[in-house]
Amino acid sequence: MKRILNIKPSRFSALCLGLLPLLICVVIYMIASDLRLEANPNDKLLPSFSQMGEAWSRMALTPNVRTGEYIFWVDTWSSLQRLLLGMLIAASVGLLIGLLTGALPLMGATFSPLITVLSLIPPLALLPILFIVFGLGELSKVALIAIGITPFIARDIQRRTQEIPIEQLIKAQTLGANTAQVLIRVLLPQLMPKLLDAVRLSLGAGWLFLIAAEAIASTDGLGYRIFLVRRYMSMDVILPYVAWITCLAFILDQVLALLSRKLFPWHVKGGH
Amino acid sequence: MITAKNIWKRYNDQVVLERINISVNEGEFVTLVGASGCGKSTFLKMLLGIESPSTGDLLLDNQPIRTEPDSDRGIVFQHYSVFPHMTVLENVMAARAFARKGFSGYLFGQAKRDARTAALEILEQVGLSHAITRYPHELSGGMRQRLAIAQALLGKPRILLLDEPFGALDPGIRADMHQLVLDLWRTYKLTVFMVTHDLKEGFYLGTRLWVFDKVRHDPQAPSAYGATITYDLPIGKIDTSLYEQIDNQLRPVIIPDEPSMETPTHD
Repeated sequence: MKRILNIKPSRFSALCLGLLPLLICVVIYMIASDLRLEANPNDKLLPSFSQMGEAWSRMALTPNVRTGEYIFWVDTWSSLQRLLLGMLIAASVGLLIGLLTGALPLMGATFSPLITVLSLIPPLALLPILFIVFGLGELSKVALIAIGITPFIARDIQRRTQEIPIEQLIKAQTLGANTAQVLIRVLLPQLMPKLLDAVRLSLGAGWLFLIAAEAIASTDGLGYRIFLVRRYMSMDVILPYVAWITCLAFILDQVLALLSRKLFPWHVKGGH
Repeated sequence: MITAKNIWKRYNDQVVLERINISVNEGEFVTLVGASGCGKSTFLKMLLGIESPSTGDLLLDNQPIRTEPDSDRGIVFQHYSVFPHMTVLENVMAARAFARKGFSGYLFGQAKRDARTAALEILEQVGLSHAITRYPHELSGGMRQRLAIAQALLGKPRILLLDEPFGALDPGIRADMHQLVLDLWRTYKLTVFMVTHDLKEGFYLGTRLWVFDKVRHDPQAPSAYGATITYDLPIGKIDTSLYEQIDNQLRPVIIPDEPSMETPTHD
């Protein structure tokens, strides 16, 4: 008998093993839901899958009586817009700050302490200030995501910049490169895959800020909807929405991973 | 071309180099050997401009040498000498791009075509024309060093600095690389400084051998004295007994690479 330490599942059995816990969760939910609905058909806490399906098709496939919109898709579109815009701003600003502070010691000495202090502020505590300054519109929600994530990306990129071997910078200089050329031709391309990694890592925080901002002040969006229907205990709407948010997060993550592999074939572990 | 006048290098109260007085003419091939930590790499870094002497003067054409890297001095390191995000061809073409004034370091139009021609030519010379579309992580150690050399040469340096460039290579490949470096040195009429810890390599290559070693020892304060150049030998005029004498000096212990030899004996 091999040590359990050395037993590795095959690809197929690894897939089955991975699906097993998910399947068990679904089965447990179905049993619990059936039990509750049997005792009280009007129970709202654990809706059955068919009830959730009905609620979802009401939101996604039938136009709203009052506005004629498909609420589910409108919510998705608004939320994604806010999230992607906020992430885009955070990634661009973070990359710029990280590159400059990481590569130029003068910039690093000047701005590193400030970035450290800013990154320690809990972004959600800034939300009231953002609402006061930018109003309750789109800007304050995008600003929350951008402000919350920029310091993380900036610090990560700064560290990644400093990790690039000094030999490469010296080599470029011995070939006659000036500062701008080293930044743009040597450092920046090598930081792009790191930036995608940093964005992937901070997407979770991005969703958090998005849903928090939408819950507090909004008229549409995935986060707004689940907090709205909470008043009616509509678990049949909340659960599909949560599943959909999870699904979106997964897709975004995978798209970024794919982009990183396709765009930067030279970016492999251990390569130099 | 290069003159060192009484150079000392200290880090805090640790003396690394002392009393370095040498002068080197254009076209010489100098190999620097010595035990590890004897300051030969420090001296190379001074030539490169990333370290400067604590006291004394290091002159290039009677002017103090610039204290940052520039295109006068090319360099090949043991590792990390090439850009991992560029293909072989792009790596060499980048040398041309960096040589031009500009903001981005990218080439366009005619300049790009010229750089491509020059890059292909030099890749042919170092024997890499079959691998121009590969990325550095797909190359062997020897090929990567060939690439680094090609890149450095296209920068048209007057002085080529080699910091243990073949230290990580297999002996067979090393011999090929020696031949390549000697050929290029003759073709391009370079002045070469090469750091190595392989004494044989130092004797075989080049026109001049420097041995770095400590002449003064204070057992109470091992860092009070630095290393200096104990031998400055023209190659080709040395007999075997001297070789053995230097060899013994550099490696007084018969068994090298024994980890226990390096651990401190007393606290």
